[in-house]
Amino acid sequence: MNSTLAILAVLDGISYAALVFLVSVGLSLIFGVLRVVNVAHGSLYAFGAYLAATFSLAIAPISPWLTYPALLAASIVIGVVCGGFIERFLLRPLYGRDDVLQLLITFAAFMIMDNLQRLIWGVQPIFAAEPLKLLPNISVFGVNYTSYQVLLLPGVALATLFGLRYFLRKTLAGAVILAVTEDREASTAIGIDAQRVYFLTFVIGASFAALGGALASPTTSLVPGMGADMIVLSFAVAATAGLGQIEGTALTALMIGLTRAFVIYLQPEFEVLVPYLLMVLVLLVRPFGLFGAVQVRKI
Amino acid sequence: MNCFKAAFAAGIALATLTGAALAQGKPQEIKIGITTFLSGPASVFGVPAKAAAEMIAEDLNKKGGIGGVPVKLSFVDEGAGGEALVSNYRRMVQDEKVDATFASISSGSCNQLVPVAEDLKVMNFMWDCGAASILETKKYRYNFRTQANGTPEMLAVLVYLLKTKPDFKTIAVVNQDYAWGRESWEIFSTALKAMKPDVQVVAELFPKFGAPDYSTEVSRLLALRPDVVLTTSWGGDLDTLVRQAGQRGLLQQSTFVLAIGESSIQRLGKDLPEGLIVGARGDHWFLHPEKKNDPAFKAFAEAFKAKTGAWPIYPVYHMAQAFTALQTVYEKAIKANGGNWPTREQVVDATSGTEFATGFGRPITLRPEDNQGLEAQLVGVTKAVPGYDFKLLDNMMIFDPKVITNPAGQRSVDWLKTLKPDFVKMDVPTFKQ
Repeated sequence: MNSTLAILAVLDGISYAALVFLVSVGLSLIFGVLRVVNVAHGSLYAFGAYLAATFSLAIAPISPWLTYPALLAASIVIGVVCGGFIERFLLRPLYGRDDVLQLLITFAAFMIMDNLQRLIWGVQPIFAAEPLKLLPNISVFGVNYTSYQVLLLPGVALATLFGLRYFLRKTLAGAVILAVTEDREASTAIGIDAQRVYFLTFVIGASFAALGGALASPTTSLVPGMGADMIVLSFAVAATAGLGQIEGTALTALMIGLTRAFVIYLQPEFEVLVPYLLMVLVLLVRPFGLFGAVQVRKI
Repeated sequence: MNCFKAAFAAGIALATLTGAALAQGKPQEIKIGITTFLSGPASVFGVPAKAAAEMIAEDLNKKGGIGGVPVKLSFVDEGAGGEALVSNYRRMVQDEKVDATFASISSGSCNQLVPVAEDLKVMNFMWDCGAASILETKKYRYNFRTQANGTPEMLAVLVYLLKTKPDFKTIAVVNQDYAWGRESWEIFSTALKAMKPDVQVVAELFPKFGAPDYSTEVSRLLALRPDVVLTTSWGGDLDTLVRQAGQRGLLQQSTFVLAIGESSIQRLGKDLPEGLIVGARGDHWFLHPEKKNDPAFKAFAEAFKAKTGAWPIYPVYHMAQAFTALQTVYEKAIKANGGNWPTREQVVDATSGTEFATGFGRPITLRPEDNQGLEAQLVGVTKAVPGYDFKLLDNMMIFDPKVITNPAGQRSVDWLKTLKPDFVKMDVPTFKQ
């Protein structure tokens, strides 16, 4: 592989990693705070994509540039409405009970949302590429790239990473979330409303899933089953990083994106294995993930 | 006089009894069990096919059904997974006591259900699955394929490519990484090596089934610059690949061959450029050059569009083929049984070797040696036509199934290896849009 192809592979890897990070970080955040593996995360990704496409298609005839706010609006609507509903009515009654129940209830939510998706948007693939078409292509060594994929997506991913870090470490709301994450009982004892923190965190995590879907919608066909693939991939990323680790999620997504791109250039038959092979290799050495730490169990 | 009255009364009684006996033999309905994808990515085929089945059954029943008996449908979702599919299929056959089944879309489903149908002695029409190997390895009594398989489908596309773009030197493939993607490439590449051995395969890419992003594959192909890019992908995967390739100029750089792209043309709309070679998986096209002026053909296509919002695609026509085959064999069996209602075994006996015509394409024959349907293949090239917001097919060739299907008893790959470069020179009628 010469240096030209290596640069092309790096660009492809970064673009893929950006999208994977956006979805995985929501899953990781929810687990970090609520200790819930949200299987419905895949459906939130799919709903975000479908609603964004619906908004984009509706608003593009008025002004194509309004499709960008439409993507953001769709993410927030799905995060607040669907994420809020799941946390308030499905998960909240189960806090403190067996973890398996949370897994089952989020899986049930996933199944219901999968069917709802078909009921609302049908089974024919939907595509809404308007936002992508607005931005010019970039030529790298004679190979065209869309600036949406090599500039905008990584830009949003970086903004998300640094924005989330700032929010958690520099703001009062973030500090409250971290406090609840560290010790729920002590936080509650000093007057923090843990229920509100859980709700807020779940809505933010769900919004990231929906944002991932919304930003993917201009580049991919929206089809039934798209959420199932994403939940498996984002879980692999979150587990490799260490559940709840924001920076780890970014690094793992980048590792997966780059490895996948190089594998496609060199040994494409192994492409499908990349995320899971990385996960196995990391978890063999560090069972709690790249950035995870051994959990101290209170007795 | 009394004798006459007695004889008359006896005659009436006999006629009544005979009529009652015949009426008893004729069922109240013919139950058909259909497996199709109602969930998952393949529902892009399964749901239109279900809509077609309901339309066809309704129309058939309005006309009196088959041999005067209405049909009744029940559906099983192939998307539920292998174990659920098999148990639901068994339930359909044993509890609902269906008279015939149409199974399935996926070759994986067919592989699972064909032995079950044989075991349960229920007549099954493989209505859409394409794996050639299913009927090549074993002779079945109860299983028939009412359409072609992957071998003629791929061979027709390859011959079209060789006839229209004979000078290409390099080719790359982007297929979905599952049975169909792998098997269709094996068929295509085996025939390509036999007919044009100087072509270099520069990339064999098999992205994950359902992959949402092909950016890396597109980059690699842009860097490799192959003369031809083949894909046998379908559904959302094909749509995504074509759109991402188009946005980055790959469709303009290489000749694209969408081997089963007919079902995506309407969705791709303006994003599908002119000059792409498209296969139809049979001779299916809502503007079929030999049928488009037929009133029944037009009426069906328009009714389907009114019901679903889209013109029919190939699974719709495959469903119609299964229905027409069933109607044909029942009528044949009734005739062979002297006008009486036939037993299930008599219907199965009548099926082998049957020729049937849907009116939506050329007639199809169920080859008696292996129960494989011999179906013509239509291949064309995309062209913009005023009045349509998507591309139509132009320079359509319709291939004779007897020429491009492997002979009965010979495995596809073995037969494809025997092809010579002269095979391309076959005469094929070409139709303008």
